[in-house]
Amino acid sequence: MEVKLLRAGSTLVVRMAGELDHHAVDKLRVKIDAKLALDGIHNILFDFHSVEFMDSSGLGMILGRYKIISEKGGKVLACRLNPRVMRIFNMSGLQSRIPVYSSEEDALTGA
Amino acid sequence: MENFMKLEIPSLSQNEAFARIVVAAFSAQVDPTIDEISDVKTAVSEAVTNAVIHGYENKAGTIIVSATLTSNRLEVTIIDYGVGIGDLDQARMPLYTSKPELDRSGMGFTIMENFMDEFHVVSEPGKGTTVTMVKIFGRTDGMEA
Repeated sequence: MEVKLLRAGSTLVVRMAGELDHHAVDKLRVKIDAKLALDGIHNILFDFHSVEFMDSSGLGMILGRYKIISEKGGKVLACRLNPRVMRIFNMSGLQSRIPVYSSEEDALTGA
Repeated sequence: MENFMKLEIPSLSQNEAFARIVVAAFSAQVDPTIDEISDVKTAVSEAVTNAVIHGYENKAGTIIVSATLTSNRLEVTIIDYGVGIGDLDQARMPLYTSKPELDRSGMGFTIMENFMDEFHVVSEPGKGTTVTMVKIFGRTDGMEA
């Protein structure tokens, strides 16, 4: 699992690549939460473009960040989900809480 | 012709990917579709992750992954000798998790049930848990959630 964390205004952009399972998520969570603690970060955008695999551990990580961000009044967004990731996303009901976009640009405009 | 495999691994999180790739590679000999292989990989990943996190609670233990392939029918079994599950009906409910503090989604069993054609779980507190799943390859309704 590779990750790039970028800042776009008040949004933390999380560009993920590889396999989003329990093993990967444990490390990713620490990196993301360190950035979320920074001043001026209100929202988070998960870019799934290069995610080849995701299971319920990936869902759990996103759900956990959703709780942190929404408690502070921010938004959680997602973009570029492949059909496999989308299927798991929909199964958990996350799509009703987290809007999904086709590109980072569209997501950031929406934020 | 029947073919089988057996894998014994310590309960380390890096073995989650190893186990799902082994079962996917074993299944490849009957030419499953990419979606079917993804279903198997995801379901195996869920069962092995459960053994690591819940069965052994991130402590040392042994996980046995075995699989049998009979024409287009894959039967895969994941065994741990960990703490077991007291209330299976509760554990199988979508979004229920015994470990919300660990950012668990509670979707593991739901995904296994949806992605595989058969799903069985047997557990005894203090003894461990055995998950058995069947995937029939070549079914046109394989992608139905």
